[in-house]
Amino acid sequence: MKSPQDLEKLQQTLSKKLDAGKPRISICNGTACRPYGSNPVAEAFKAEIEKRDLGNQLEFKVTGCHGFCERGPVAIVEPGNLFYQKIKVEDVPEIVEKTLKGETVSRLLFKAAETGKEVAGQNEVPFYRNQTRIVLGNNVRIDPTSIEDYIAIGGYSALSKALHTMQPDQIIDVIKQSGLRGRGGGGFPTGLKWETCRKAHGDIKYVIVNADEGDPGAYANEGLLSGNPHSVLEGLIIGAFAIGAHQGYVYVRNEYPLALKNINIAMQQAEKLGLLGKDILGSGFDFSVRINRGGGAFVCGESTALMASLEGKTGEPRAKYIHTVEKGLWDRPSDLNNVETWANIPLIISKGPEWFNSIGSKGNTGTKIFSLTGKVNNTGLVEVPMGIKLRDIIFDIGGGIRGNKKFKAVQTGGPSGGCLPEKLLDLAVDFDELTKAGSMMGSGGMIVMDEDNCMVDVARYFLTFLEEESCGKCVPCREGVKRMKQILTDITEGKGRESDLDLLKELSAHLKDSALCALGSSAPNPVLTTIKYFLDEYEAHIKQKKCPAGVCKSLIKFSIIDEKCPGCGMCVKICPAHAITDMGKKKPVILDQSKCIKCRTCYDVCRMGAVKIE
Amino acid sequence: MKDSISIIIKKYGNDKSQLVSILQDIQIEYNYLPRSALDKLSKKMGIPQSHIYSMATFFRAFSLKERGKHIVNVCLGTACHVRGGELILDSLERQLDIKRGNTTKDGNFTLETVNCMGCCATGPVVKIDEEYFGHMTNDKVEPMIKKYGE
Amino acid sequence: MMFAGWELLRLSESVTLTINGQKYSAEKGKTILQVAVDNGIKIPTLCQHEEIEPYGACRLCIVEITKGTRNRIVTSCLYPVEEGLIVQTDSPAVVRNRKMLLDLLLTRCSENEVIRDLAGQYGVKTPSFREEYWEKHDCIVCGLCVRACEQVVGVSAISLVDRGIHKEPKPPYLEKAKNCIGCGSCYYVCPTHAIHMEDKNGVRRIDRWKVEFKLKKCSKCGIEWAPVAQLEYIRKKWNLPADFFDICPNCK
Repeated sequence: MKSPQDLEKLQQTLSKKLDAGKPRISICNGTACRPYGSNPVAEAFKAEIEKRDLGNQLEFKVTGCHGFCERGPVAIVEPGNLFYQKIKVEDVPEIVEKTLKGETVSRLLFKAAETGKEVAGQNEVPFYRNQTRIVLGNNVRIDPTSIEDYIAIGGYSALSKALHTMQPDQIIDVIKQSGLRGRGGGGFPTGLKWETCRKAHGDIKYVIVNADEGDPGAYANEGLLSGNPHSVLEGLIIGAFAIGAHQGYVYVRNEYPLALKNINIAMQQAEKLGLLGKDILGSGFDFSVRINRGGGAFVCGESTALMASLEGKTGEPRAKYIHTVEKGLWDRPSDLNNVETWANIPLIISKGPEWFNSIGSKGNTGTKIFSLTGKVNNTGLVEVPMGIKLRDIIFDIGGGIRGNKKFKAVQTGGPSGGCLPEKLLDLAVDFDELTKAGSMMGSGGMIVMDEDNCMVDVARYFLTFLEEESCGKCVPCREGVKRMKQILTDITEGKGRESDLDLLKELSAHLKDSALCALGSSAPNPVLTTIKYFLDEYEAHIKQKKCPAGVCKSLIKFSIIDEKCPGCGMCVKICPAHAITDMGKKKPVILDQSKCIKCRTCYDVCRMGAVKIE
Repeated sequence: MKDSISIIIKKYGNDKSQLVSILQDIQIEYNYLPRSALDKLSKKMGIPQSHIYSMATFFRAFSLKERGKHIVNVCLGTACHVRGGELILDSLERQLDIKRGNTTKDGNFTLETVNCMGCCATGPVVKIDEEYFGHMTNDKVEPMIKKYGE
Repeated sequence: MMFAGWELLRLSESVTLTINGQKYSAEKGKTILQVAVDNGIKIPTLCQHEEIEPYGACRLCIVEITKGTRNRIVTSCLYPVEEGLIVQTDSPAVVRNRKMLLDLLLTRCSENEVIRDLAGQYGVKTPSFREEYWEKHDCIVCGLCVRACEQVVGVSAISLVDRGIHKEPKPPYLEKAKNCIGCGSCYYVCPTHAIHMEDKNGVRRIDRWKVEFKLKKCSKCGIEWAPVAQLEYIRKKWNLPADFFDICPNCK
């Protein structure tokens, strides 16, 4: 394509095809649906359609993540915007048959928890009903490996608009007016970052997509990059034009094979159509992209470490006294934004900053994608307007806590974030409020914990993670995190001392002041928030040598409640330590404490609740 | 060894800044980073051996040891942790009779861990080669491993 | 006019900053640490060397700066001076953090003399952490040896291996460092004497890199004055004649 008119023509042709009114089945084959077997289901659909030669009557799409991962494999069926869940290979012929007839497979519909009634439309399902899916919403409409699909729904028209009707400064102004803040963690205003980079001295500048989302328990970027890679690419090209960069980089976590595959395909397709390379859409603007794989290092999510890695060095951060927008990659002005930030750009350019301002709250405009995981009923990727309450996400969208357990905490912001207690459930979820509460937005991880989770163990977990992921360059992080982890491990093993809490706080203050990069300076957050909000649990471990949640192995004991045990022998068979003896039918089993390795298998397998943890 | 190293270097235009990608490709080719391949890389690209060694030990994706036929990867991301991911790892260590980072004597399995593979909603997750296993429990470990037996 | 132009240029290239209440004029582009050293103000450092690019690993050179109403702790070896910058090298926050750094270093290197002395100067006699945590390293992973080998000598015989708590300077594959020329730069720059070098019986040994080098004997005075490998390296690099190093510098 050599002009905006070429793009428009193509878009019109493609969208006509898309709206041909044919019945359509979109099956999710995102990374999280795969453990449920979405691949064989997708193959079964293809085979069925081919077998019955339905190619002309039925449109079938294998798409990226739909978000409601808990119920995978999931599909959306048109007409009716039907939401099918937990689809099995056996269900496929029936779905195809009924879709052709315009009928519904009721048993695959979502059932409302309160009424037990089936909910047909996707937008009626409580999980989706309370979301605002401006960024993720298109995932269900497109095959991420097809640029035609993206163009058909209006893709790349924002790029065309930017290149042909706007000046770089105008674009930056629009982004500034939109109030968009970086979705990768800190929430720095994107427009301001672009402006500084544009004004920075130097002819050669770079733009970078940070897709090294390393927060454990957060996969929003994965879902976006694998489900709608062109939206990220389009945002990147617009940013490059605004900043004056002709080379871009996409740095993708190696642990995300699907995202890597799809962004590679997207890049090649865009090149082929003249949306990347020389003289894009006849505008005279040249831009090319290189895709880099990460090497398995959390610290590379930090901008300077990421840039070091792009230069072929180990991922060691450096001090940012001179910002990367002035001196970044190869000492040249470099603008780095997170996947989600880039994906917001085409929307803002197309629909205008006022539209964006109307979503979210003041100072925190737009939406944010969260990975809602842990002990909630409805896990998955959710997109909500910023400023929404934690409670709304966890209870309305997330459907509350599994198995009627009690909510204990929600962890946001990954290892740099913190654990927030029940009393903060009415907190508005935005960059500033989360930071004030001692946590962080991070890349949108939201891990819900219930009464069975031990908060000291969670703090120990994060410090273990950080110790493994610290680059080891600066003393506060390398040595300080190690000592914090040692202290926390001692506490979970019943070797805690009363002075430990003060020492942990002192170390925390030190890391905040003196560590070289954000990995180190935010490392204390999981410790500080758990001490602040769950002090009683620390005290139970230190003073009474007890783990109230029954998690810390050194402090717990497994035993059989004789009255409840029917002697079924399930636990006997499965116990890997052979610590349980069968005493015959209807007689309770006997657990030998000296052999028990506290693996919890008996507890999980017992349907009678006859295994007690104390 | 055919001249796969030269082919890989050529693919990246002899660009030293692409070292991580080059090492990834070498690892895909050999399933680990063989010493001979890295020495060849060092000579051909003029990158000091010490620098390559530094990179190969810094990034967790790389293995300098030969790995097993099947790679068992246990996710220890937060979402998996709060649902008992570490217990699954313990269970796998017992089942395979190796500690994480090691390979079974018969060379069939290498047990590794990863801090999140991006399908947190289905945790705890284990991945064997390209296949994902979600909602893992201790009792599912043995049948899962048996599937990959010989 | 030319002269005036130069003057202008020079003026625009200098800034005025305040260190510990005293005003100083300094060349733009210099770091706080350089300016402090130039003016005889003492700031402790371990990972810094004037011939080697600053790295910011040991953090001991932290200072507190004030810009507007905001105070923050920065590493002086990396922070470039700015007009109007207010710097305190020993504010309570700096001292508190420096003490903790030394506490952490002493826990790692509980028997190292250099660390013990320095920690002692800040009142840290024993680590605050329980004795089970104390370690007996000598190396603080400041990376000076590696950086000297790469930036000054240019042979990159060693590198920082692994990451996090396992990170340490090591030879590739933990074998004899085959690119090492035995120059001993690493030994000279190491701030904690963690690298041992010994010249004995015509041989130089650096155990940490598992290397041994034959020493060159001066054909005049008979002194064993430098490793043959190092002299060969220099000779080849500068294209010097074969017999150039037969005589030691003292006899030349």
